[in-house]
Amino acid sequence: MKAFKNKDGKSILLSMVKAVQDNKAYLSEVDGLIGDGDHGVNMNKGFSVFETRFLDKEISFTEGLGELGAILLTEIGGSMGPIYGTILIDMADAGKDEDEISLSTLAGMLQAGLHGLSGIVDAKVGDKTLVDTLSPAVDALTKDVEDNISFKVALQNMKDEASKGKESTKNLVAKFGRSSRLGERSRGVLDAGATSCCIILTAMADAISDLLVKESVTV
Amino acid sequence: MQRILNNPDDIVDEMLNGFLKTHNDIVEKTDNKRVVKSKESVIDRVGVVTGGGSGHKPAFVGYIGKNMCDAVAVGEICSSPTAVAFLDAMKTANGGKGVACLYGNYSGDNMNVKMAIKMAKKEGIEVKTVVANDDVASAPKDQREKRRGVAGEVLMWKIGGAKAATGASLDEVIAAAQKAIDNTRSIGIGLTPCVLPAVGHPNFEIKEDTMEVGIGHHGEPGIEVCPIETAKGMAKRMVNVVLPDYPFVADDEVAVLVSGLGATPVMELYVLYDEIEKLIREKGIKIHKSYVGNYFTSLEMMGATLTVMKLDDELKELIDMPANSVGLKQF
Repeated sequence: MKAFKNKDGKSILLSMVKAVQDNKAYLSEVDGLIGDGDHGVNMNKGFSVFETRFLDKEISFTEGLGELGAILLTEIGGSMGPIYGTILIDMADAGKDEDEISLSTLAGMLQAGLHGLSGIVDAKVGDKTLVDTLSPAVDALTKDVEDNISFKVALQNMKDEASKGKESTKNLVAKFGRSSRLGERSRGVLDAGATSCCIILTAMADAISDLLVKESVTV
Repeated sequence: MQRILNNPDDIVDEMLNGFLKTHNDIVEKTDNKRVVKSKESVIDRVGVVTGGGSGHKPAFVGYIGKNMCDAVAVGEICSSPTAVAFLDAMKTANGGKGVACLYGNYSGDNMNVKMAIKMAKKEGIEVKTVVANDDVASAPKDQREKRRGVAGEVLMWKIGGAKAATGASLDEVIAAAQKAIDNTRSIGIGLTPCVLPAVGHPNFEIKEDTMEVGIGHHGEPGIEVCPIETAKGMAKRMVNVVLPDYPFVADDEVAVLVSGLGATPVMELYVLYDEIEKLIREKGIKIHKSYVGNYFTSLEMMGATLTVMKLDDELKELIDMPANSVGLKQF
């Protein structure tokens, strides 16, 4: 399959929600090492609000991304509210007119999300933030579109790059956010935002892969 | 946890309920449950707004009131309010002459305020900001833009609120608040850590019989961990960091604010102030006004902060103006 139907994409969002819920304690633990230990709590709160509100409603992939982003932006706050809110809303805007989400659509959506983020934070790769996960993941997708790689393989490549990016934050010194106040003391532990970003991208990629298999059977 | 709680997830909303019931002569609720406004209306003058994470009582809602802030956005514990809460606070405080948003330098607040200003602009509301960065210990002097805002924010709101009350223009209010924070330096000493109720355990440590000099309002590490000292020793360390940074020199007139971090008895704050006052006086610096109490706390952390602001004629007049907020009353 080269694409999935936008209107069938709610399962992807629910998988992202479940991944955050399952990792609530882990994310707070990672955050607690150099942050204030509430990352899992706040992310779980926002993603669970989305689940409660939309579990029984029909909603497309891009509509869901927009709604989830709006919840994080308007109801969660902190740093992660505007960061994830901006990424998800800009992803949704970039794909909202598409009936089918192809690899190139998804790449364009993630590019838009990363671009939107750069409008509110100056963090670059190497600054120990979620940009260290998101940026290589977006690059991998973009390259695979150019190289005509299959959707499924491209998703696996994106997951691999996201994971490598996340792991890279372990040896970095934080330049942004509360952990940057620690300087050298921030080295040696993962960045919580990079970790949650990897978890969310991985859940998204896995759920899209499942959907591609399902739709190829039904079509 | 020896805490007074129901569900820790509800603590901010429940705290606001109690606050609004208690202080209904000064503050009132708005349509956004995370925005509190003053009973004083903003008519034909600049509105003053702030906001920040919860857990710093009486900051931030405690500084709403006459000649102080007009509306405040309230966040989760130690977590920035949403962009929408900042926006709604700006809308609430808008009397048509623009809004001064005076807040502290934290990444979450910076992002959410930036987004709120963009949205406010679309609605035709002009907002200008001053970002407090008075914490000397949080970055070297040549990187002042990276420093955090701490208890100096209280003096910034006092000055900004008073200036707005005089009927000054938005640019004049911003200039006065900016001058206030530029003239202000702070440092904290932490004696015990604090616990986020929803997390349930401290995520940093201050060992028994030690103190952390330069600690931040969320337990951000300071410049030095050392064995605990007498009040005299602590005062000396604080004064020796704060005074040279600005620098405050002989014949300067200053305002001094000593705030507890939440769990230190107020009695001890007076002991600390007594020592600080002597040291400042010895330098030939004149204390025009002083404040001692729990002005800007960090949940149940023990310890204190020292804030010194250099006054000129304008700042002196503004700091002496009456104010009626929960956290700061002056007649």
